[in-house]
Amino acid sequence: MSDLSDFASPKGADSELQDFLLAEKQKAQFHAQIHEFNDFCWDKCVDKPGAKLDSRTETCITNCVERFIDVSLLITNRFAQMLEKGGGMH
Amino acid sequence: MDTLSTGSLSGAQKEELMDQVKQQIAIANAQELLTKMSEKCFKKCINKPGTALDNSEQKCIAMCMDRYMDAWNLVSRTYSSRIQRERNNM
Repeated sequence: MSDLSDFASPKGADSELQDFLLAEKQKAQFHAQIHEFNDFCWDKCVDKPGAKLDSRTETCITNCVERFIDVSLLITNRFAQMLEKGGGMH
Repeated sequence: MDTLSTGSLSGAQKEELMDQVKQQIAIANAQELLTKMSEKCFKKCINKPGTALDNSEQKCIAMCMDRYMDAWNLVSRTYSSRIQRERNNM
């Protein structure tokens, strides 16, 4: 998905169009994130594709998404702390 | 970006522009899904590529596509509700 930020704030553009582009950009980012989650949670959770997703696989996929978000939040917070202390980046 | 100074666009032109943006995004989304599905299902279903896709391989691909969609929708639901929860916690 290409970067739409150049279009999101052209000088003099009307606000209706700006709002529209911002909303579409957010939707596109949301979808891109789902593609990414599904990509690696599929590899982690799905063995042989069967007649339906069994409940074990469904639980695995749900946990996979939730834990990935946990990890990125944890790392983001910890990284911010590292920067605050001025450590770790020498 | 002079071409995008939209002050001079008529209402109908603006509508057309928005439709086009939506359509392009939808196409990009479908292409992404298609690429990922092909890659993932080839990996799952084709162990040794032969001179033609045999019957069981074709069945496996069909099933894999359906399960990939299931997983995609599940990831989408999980991610949405997580975003909702994070918003409520702010």
